[in-house]
Amino acid sequence: MIEISHVNKHYGAFQVLTDCSTTVAKGEVIVVCGPSGSGKSTLIKTVNGLEPFQSGTIMVDGISVGAPSTDMPKLRARVGMVFQNFELFPHMSITENLTIGQIKVLNRSKEEAMATGLKLLDRVGLKAQAAKFPGQLSGGQQQRVAIARALSMNPICMLFDEPTSALDPEMVNEVLDVMVELAHEGMTMMCVTHEMGFARKVANRVIFMDQGHIIEDATKDDFFGTPRGERAQQFLSKILSH
Amino acid sequence: MFFGLDFSVLAPSLPFLWTGLQYSVKLTLIAMSGGIVLGTLLALARLSSNRLLSNAAQVYVDTMRSIPLVMVILWFFLLIPLLTGNPVGAESSAMLTFIAFEAAYYSEIMRAGIQSVSRGQVAAGDALGFTYRQTMGYIVLPQAFRNMIPVLLTQTIVLFQDTSLVYIIGAKDLLKAAEIAGKNYNRPIEMYIFVAIIYFVICFTLSQTVKRLQKRVAIIR
Repeated sequence: MIEISHVNKHYGAFQVLTDCSTTVAKGEVIVVCGPSGSGKSTLIKTVNGLEPFQSGTIMVDGISVGAPSTDMPKLRARVGMVFQNFELFPHMSITENLTIGQIKVLNRSKEEAMATGLKLLDRVGLKAQAAKFPGQLSGGQQQRVAIARALSMNPICMLFDEPTSALDPEMVNEVLDVMVELAHEGMTMMCVTHEMGFARKVANRVIFMDQGHIIEDATKDDFFGTPRGERAQQFLSKILSH
Repeated sequence: MFFGLDFSVLAPSLPFLWTGLQYSVKLTLIAMSGGIVLGTLLALARLSSNRLLSNAAQVYVDTMRSIPLVMVILWFFLLIPLLTGNPVGAESSAMLTFIAFEAAYYSEIMRAGIQSVSRGQVAAGDALGFTYRQTMGYIVLPQAFRNMIPVLLTQTIVLFQDTSLVYIIGAKDLLKAAEIAGKNYNRPIEMYIFVAIIYFVICFTLSQTVKRLQKRVAIIR
């Protein structure tokens, strides 16, 4: 589904990603972790072309990301993305947030878009909030709406960029629950997150990044059992010690 | 009567002054709408990654902002007939001038407005599969415009005052009407005092409204 091969990215002399390669097969859930500044957010944003890269290739469903011949808006419409800061559109109601992409990009009728939107809103447990505006919801609720918005486009895979990092602790689980459910339904997912409980529960593989390199790319059991690198061990001991 | 002033000449001049005020308001509204539309396009050009486009917009904005308005009004009035071969009336010339001139100022406001919308919002629009136009049209510009409403209105108040400059090309705005009426009755001082009060009342009321609006916008954000 997603094939990242030998991707390099730099801002001037500063190398952000160095020779990154990995794949995400259909139905797989991949967790990407690593210290801050390791390039994990940058890597996930290259997958739908929000971040350009200088060399290497990324294929999503057989289509080359960032190639001159690729219709990027069309490709992005098929890849769902959830951001750290939710990024709901503050000047639109929750239902408008859930329908605008369907109407303007997928050319669905208003009625159809509304039906899909409300169904997804119900699924993330927020049907009662349909008429409200993003600013009236809690962080956890906003993030669940953001997931519903991404799903409203019937994506072939989902990218999560630290979806729980900006949340108060008591709201983390309501978002993770939605993500776990999604994983169990067979959605292809690539998640940048530090939630190792989530990784243990649903990840097929865990990728560990440091200073722009993919250092570990291992199955969940291998990663939590015996992470080979010293850097990964240190990182895990730091985030799991309390 | 005080200081030898005679305000009784105002009453018969009111219909004439009213026509002048209507033109001033019309000119303001047209220059505002045209200026905001053109200014927004200039702001988008200025922020574009296309160097040529961005530089051209910058040159335009800098030029307009470096020339006194009164000269722009005069030059447009003299140049447009030369360029088009057709004489245009003072009123139409003033409208074109004000749209072109105010666009430079509105563009700087809209540029700040566009930059006030976080990059994350642009990313969210892009990620949904929007084209550049859709992201701008549905996500960025509505928020930029909403954030900038108080500043845009303040600029419009300045614009309303500036429209009085069109009297130099003979367009019949409020000031020109006062000048004519003043000459008719040989009472220029009374007329100028009266129109000064009209300008003051309109602008003061509007700026108080903007202040209230600013508080509301601050609460919404």
